[in-house]
Amino acid sequence: MPTPAVHAPRHAPRVRLGCDVHPVAELAESVDLFGERYLARVFTPLEREQCEGPAQLDRLAGRFAAKEAVVKVLELPPTAAVPWHDIEVRTGRNGVPFVVLAGQAAQLALAQGIERIDVSLSHDAGIAMAVAAAMPVVEPAGGATEDEGA
Amino acid sequence: MTDDTIRRVLDAHGKLRVPASGLDADADLYAAGMSSHASVNVMLALEDAFEVEFPDELLTKQTFCTIAAISAAIGTLAAVPA
Repeated sequence: MPTPAVHAPRHAPRVRLGCDVHPVAELAESVDLFGERYLARVFTPLEREQCEGPAQLDRLAGRFAAKEAVVKVLELPPTAAVPWHDIEVRTGRNGVPFVVLAGQAAQLALAQGIERIDVSLSHDAGIAMAVAAAMPVVEPAGGATEDEGA
Repeated sequence: MTDDTIRRVLDAHGKLRVPASGLDADADLYAAGMSSHASVNVMLALEDAFEVEFPDELLTKQTFCTIAAISAAIGTLAAVPA
């Protein structure tokens, strides 16, 4: 009996990925050079509040990497004005980070059919990294009957 | 004078692989090694040097892509009364 072929359904949503790494030392250097101006320009008050503590710089570097990963996943045109605050990386009650978009970043995501962006952050040995996954809007199951039963 | 100051800021903060003095005004700064994070430092240093503030609508990759583009942006900001 032949093994039936397995096909991904044609309506399977395409998840887009973006990633970035960022040296913690570079962020520390910016804080040393520009202090509050740098922090206020790049990070939202909530991001700064949620990063407080002894690992503050590592966590902020992770958030910067996440913002960059989101920029990549959104495939922004060079003319898109996306202030750093418009990509906010929040930590949920369960400790899992998630992204909240505003302004042109939110508009671009909507236009691209992106429903939400998940992120994963890590930092070790002076390097912070992040992966962002853009989750597309899932169409209702009723619109995909042609693939069922194949 | 403006371009000289921009090149000085780029040498200090742009993390370019080559001296800014050796770059054409239309050379791609990102291709020359400037990262997005370095462009934040460049922007803040330019604000100090020219006593301007980059508004949100100018925070695009295109604004900081070349020395000529930066110079043009500063020109528009300097023309706005404080």
